[in-house]
Amino acid sequence: MNGVAFIVISVLTLAGALAAATLPNLMHAAFCLVVALLGLASFFFLLGAEFVGLALVFIYIGAVAVLIVFTILLTRRDSKEHHDINPPTAGRAWSGILIALAVFAGLTWSALKTQSLSIVPPHIQALTVKQIGQALMTGYVWPLQCVGLLLTAALIGALVLVMEEKR
Amino acid sequence: MSSALDQIFVHGKRWLLSWIAAAPNWIIQITSSLINIVALLAVFLTLFALMSVLERKILGRMQNRYGPNRVGPFGLFQPIADGIKMLIKEDIVPARADKVVHFLAPVILAAVAILTLGVIPYGRHMTAFTIDGGILFFFAVGSATELAVFMAGWASNNKFSMLGAMRAIAQMFSYELPMIITVLPVVMIVGSLMPDRIVFAQGEYTLGIVPRWFVFTPWGAAAFILFFVSGLVESNRTPFDVPEGESEIVAGHMTEYSGFKYATFFLAEYLGMFAVSGLAVTLFLGGWQPPVRLLEFVPSYIWFFAKLSVLLFVYIWLRGTLPRTRVDQMINVAWKFMLPMAFTCVIAAAVWHYAGRGMRGWLWSLFVIVFVYTALSILLDTRRKFARRVYRFAE
Repeated sequence: MNGVAFIVISVLTLAGALAAATLPNLMHAAFCLVVALLGLASFFFLLGAEFVGLALVFIYIGAVAVLIVFTILLTRRDSKEHHDINPPTAGRAWSGILIALAVFAGLTWSALKTQSLSIVPPHIQALTVKQIGQALMTGYVWPLQCVGLLLTAALIGALVLVMEEKR
Repeated sequence: MSSALDQIFVHGKRWLLSWIAAAPNWIIQITSSLINIVALLAVFLTLFALMSVLERKILGRMQNRYGPNRVGPFGLFQPIADGIKMLIKEDIVPARADKVVHFLAPVILAAVAILTLGVIPYGRHMTAFTIDGGILFFFAVGSATELAVFMAGWASNNKFSMLGAMRAIAQMFSYELPMIITVLPVVMIVGSLMPDRIVFAQGEYTLGIVPRWFVFTPWGAAAFILFFVSGLVESNRTPFDVPEGESEIVAGHMTEYSGFKYATFFLAEYLGMFAVSGLAVTLFLGGWQPPVRLLEFVPSYIWFFAKLSVLLFVYIWLRGTLPRTRVDQMINVAWKFMLPMAFTCVIAAAVWHYAGRGMRGWLWSLFVIVFVYTALSILLDTRRKFARRVYRFAE
């Protein structure tokens, strides 16, 4: 049953990602990205890492997707009007192909160098949210605080950017 | 304790599953999930139908009129008539609309609402979807609502729809933060994100009389009020129905929807309301726990739905009482008052815990809440003096 679920979710995720990369309408592409992210979250659920999956849904679908959608809405009126701002040239196409090949070669090289995983997965105790919370509040409390500080700074920065100037 | 009547639905499900006990494991798993889903849908769609007619009846009572009274006894069959009417209405899709997204938006909205209903414990051992991070699941899935509302507004290709969607997203984002932070103290005190554990933690009685529901502690009472108000905003109910605003932007993101799709939006709104009230009952009102030890013989699910109906009545009551708020005032309250108060609840809960969870902790946390509340009221008072309103033409 897990195998079937894996295949279904993989197909859904890949289709969503492919559509997000190729669809001409940017808004549709953003919605398809959401489908791909949902697929990724379901993979975490399938692996038993529900906290990571939920965090992914929470942050990426609840916040980042809305942010992307708003950015598209506010920056360009219609994607079709702006299509030929950067007309494709031969040089650009070749450099694109070259970069794609380089990335592919790098990934293949690292995949081939990696030792193959053992077929039988080790039996791992399912991690509860409580354990994650305790780890965050004890061993990783400094990184957590640093991230918190960074996010607060970003929040204040965003507020300062949009604040009305007082004379 | 766990009497036969209390567990009748759990046993019923087990009995149904015993019919296919010989089947492979995955079939049993899927059947078990399907039974849960069907039960959930049956109960809450019935409640939706009931609520729609009761709301109109109660509103009618408050406004000195009859409300629906033509179909069936006391107008109780009104939802059936409404359903048939909605089904046979023409489904109009604007010519310039994005057909697929326009169709998907109400579907996603309803699906999200149903998913969030799944993690709430309706009775002893009666949670449709038991998951370790149930509370987190509720908010993670619930956060997809904003995207669905945006899809509805954008796909309609109509400026009223877009305005409504923008308003909805602005208010949902603003109130999601205080809502989640008011849940934090409960999670901190119980030490679990699992709704069932939170209900179990509220099971005992202080001095044998007062149930240990979190609403009876100062931080719990404050958090409950904040949570309830945020829930009102999240479900776009009347004092905060700015996104719909019939008189300004003709139903907002629902402007271009008709027929059954429009009904689906209402279904999603009501299911979302049930989910938020259900979570409030679970977190603060002791879930399915009875209020008095003497009444423990009454099945647990009856207590849950009794508490739920009280909250739903308050929703209707507020709708009949309050006018619509202004957008800027609403957002201001969220960031300047609700958010600091929510953080205060977290601190007050910590004070309560470290002062021994007894009378001393109760008084100290009350002090913290009252202190911050007073300080905020003084700080937020802009001391704007309004001149006396003078009417030049009408005396």
